[in-house]
Amino acid sequence: MATVFLPFALRKYADGAERVVVPASTLGELIENLEAAYPGTKRHLIQDDALKPGLAAIVGLVATRRGLLQKLDDDVEVHFITAISGGASLTDRSRH
Amino acid sequence: MVATYEPKTDYKVIGTNPIRHDGLDKVTGRAIYGGDVKAPGLIWGDVLRSPHAHARIKSIDTSAAEAMDGVFAVLTHADFPAAEEREISAGEDTVNLKRDQANVMADDKVHYKGHVVAAVAAVDRNTAQQAANAIKVKYEVLKPVSSVDAAMSKDAPIILESLVGDHLGERVPNTNVARIFRHEFGDVDAAFAASDLVIERTVTMSMIHQGYIEPHNATAIWAQDGNLTVWSSTQGSFGVRSQTAGMLGIPESRVKVNYVEIGGGFGGKTKVYFAPIAALLSKKSGGRPVKLVMDRTSVFEATGPAPGGKVRMKIGVTNGKLTAADTDLMLESGGYPGSAVGAAAICVFACYNLPSSRITGYDILVNKPKSAAYRAPGSPQASFAVETVIDEICDELGVDKIQFRLDNAAHEGTRRGDGVKFSRVGLEECLIAAKESDHWKSPLGKAPAGKARGRGIASAYWMNGGGKSTCDLMLQDDGTVMLNEGSADIGGTRTSIAMQAAEVLGIPVEDFHPSIPDTDSIGFTGVTGGSRTTYTTGLAAYNAAHKLVDELKERLADLWETEVDKIQFADGVFTANGDSIGIQELAGKLDPTGGPATATASVNLAQAGNAYGVQICDLEVDLATGKTDVIRYTAVQDVGKAVHPQYAEGQIQGGVVQGLGWALNEEYFITEDGAMANKSFLDYRMPTSLDMPMIDTIMVEVPNPLHPYGVRGVGEVPICPPLSAATQAIKQATGRSYYELPVKPGRILEAANGI
Repeated sequence: MATVFLPFALRKYADGAERVVVPASTLGELIENLEAAYPGTKRHLIQDDALKPGLAAIVGLVATRRGLLQKLDDDVEVHFITAISGGASLTDRSRH
Repeated sequence: MVATYEPKTDYKVIGTNPIRHDGLDKVTGRAIYGGDVKAPGLIWGDVLRSPHAHARIKSIDTSAAEAMDGVFAVLTHADFPAAEEREISAGEDTVNLKRDQANVMADDKVHYKGHVVAAVAAVDRNTAQQAANAIKVKYEVLKPVSSVDAAMSKDAPIILESLVGDHLGERVPNTNVARIFRHEFGDVDAAFAASDLVIERTVTMSMIHQGYIEPHNATAIWAQDGNLTVWSSTQGSFGVRSQTAGMLGIPESRVKVNYVEIGGGFGGKTKVYFAPIAALLSKKSGGRPVKLVMDRTSVFEATGPAPGGKVRMKIGVTNGKLTAADTDLMLESGGYPGSAVGAAAICVFACYNLPSSRITGYDILVNKPKSAAYRAPGSPQASFAVETVIDEICDELGVDKIQFRLDNAAHEGTRRGDGVKFSRVGLEECLIAAKESDHWKSPLGKAPAGKARGRGIASAYWMNGGGKSTCDLMLQDDGTVMLNEGSADIGGTRTSIAMQAAEVLGIPVEDFHPSIPDTDSIGFTGVTGGSRTTYTTGLAAYNAAHKLVDELKERLADLWETEVDKIQFADGVFTANGDSIGIQELAGKLDPTGGPATATASVNLAQAGNAYGVQICDLEVDLATGKTDVIRYTAVQDVGKAVHPQYAEGQIQGGVVQGLGWALNEEYFITEDGAMANKSFLDYRMPTSLDMPMIDTIMVEVPNPLHPYGVRGVGEVPICPPLSAATQAIKQATGRSYYELPVKPGRILEAANGI
């Protein structure tokens, strides 16, 4: 089980929860299971079957470079944060 | 799985100071920079820039320019292919192709004074300039938006009408605020309510420029076979390739970017300005090579500075322990979305162990040049705000300013403001080193008549970068090593990378010949930025060296007719069964074993390891003129492991000086019509060597567990603390607080006179 620290903009899908626990063995599976439990979250995190450009996933203590393939240990923390530029958004910019 | 290492300590090469490989070429003028590029049949390009900060383009008449003798091509935005509204990675940053294309050449509006409107290619530079000036543009001049307050006012003109803002997840049209986001954990409001002391302040800071000596430039040849060749001063050739290809709608494989030396970048040379223009001009000129070199005024007016803005900061404390912090970070993105506010939010509270925090970031358009990265982008602004309030808390509590920071310092397991936990970090070690420094223990001393002295201290954080890098090693018959790597050399990285391979191979670093090939000739390597290069490309070199050792063991097993696992390698010598041979001697005996021995390695790494700096500033204020002189400065920094200590020290000193410029003098002075008034080095007051004392450095080495030598990034965090350290020193000297940067002489006199 991974503990997902929800970005503020996604907390509305989880009744304002700061963090949620999601069963998953990979990051890709985590995002699918997150969507199943909290519909609406996936489109903020995925684009073209990959993490959105400008979005980084922190797994444990470091930013993963394995993307959706990243394996998750039990009880690991997962964070989604934006890249250094403030221009990258967590929300669906493709429709902007 | 992230590899972790137990750093070794008995180094032969790491920690020494060899002469840089590119040194002779650079001091003798032989090194080739972008402005030096020549090609047969070369013609020149020039651009026409907007005289208005905010205007709609009604029409562009290029006929007079096209009719001029010697003119080969005229270009407007209509010549660009329609770019996709999508973001691509540009190293530590992302690029929105459509908006960056419009930034390179305006579409229907100009968003800042100096925005390129059209371009020409002509037989020589003067003709190109005259032709550009012959282009007639009709504008509908609009009211400029010059500050974050003006941008967010209800009646603000909208700069980018197509923008739909993302405000905490809600889509908001007709706004200059591209994005509002938040990081929050813990019950912030309850913690404030229960705090003994809460201080809230708002600080502002001006947009400033990196001030690199070499202006932007590009030369391009768009050959008849559709292949594009580019030379451009850049921090990352692969970034030029991806951005240029994306804006021109061609495959990256059609674009080859040649490396040229770079005369400073500091983050500002991660975006392209002239490469796509030179390319299209070349295409329209029948494939002639076209070259553009920017003038200094245009560098200031039209290339990415660091964002100015405003930060509201509120911090609570009980019994000497921080309880909560809340901030609004409002940074100027410039004419298009994308300031460093995301990074500012990561960095702002990273020095402190906070039980609760709320960080709200605002990315705000203004009619100024599109901002770009500048050394720890976003962190200096954030550091100034948080350290200003921390200093006031210390004053209010009457406590030692280092001890208070130690009592509240971030450490392993602390949550950063965005919720992410720290691994092993070295802030406490830096604070202890600062506390034990001769500077901190020494009295400030008596000021001369008419002057007053003050001392300030500040800490700051930068997360550092990782990413993708490649290194190739080719062992030569004479025992030397050709080393190819993809990172633009800034600050001597050729050598710091080669040193890491030399340490593995036991070959003197002087026997390495490092080169930076074009993008067709080396594996992908990210931008030299984010303090990533010595760590990431260095680790690629380290891995390639180990691969080369493995390859040589195979060869030696053939020569010695033994098994590979019986061969040992240490300090440059192979041994097995009583035989031994040095690696450089072995290099000349490889022909019967398969010829040349080479190795290549690519890496894609997580972050480099968090970097902290603590700095102490003593300065003197002339009470009659407001002039400030820094009289003593000490910079303490956790460098992980200094591969080349002189380079690391130079990075720290350079960062400090740039930060002091930000604190004391530098600003974009914007007039009512949105123009920059001080657009030359004469009026844009950067510190020179004559302004600065020797910057003392104390390098703390808390090894980064993600690197075999413990390397962390060095180059960025030192620019952050000076903003507050200098300002708090002025506060102590004058007895007045300052919340607006720069704290220039006029501002000090105004405060003294109650203005």
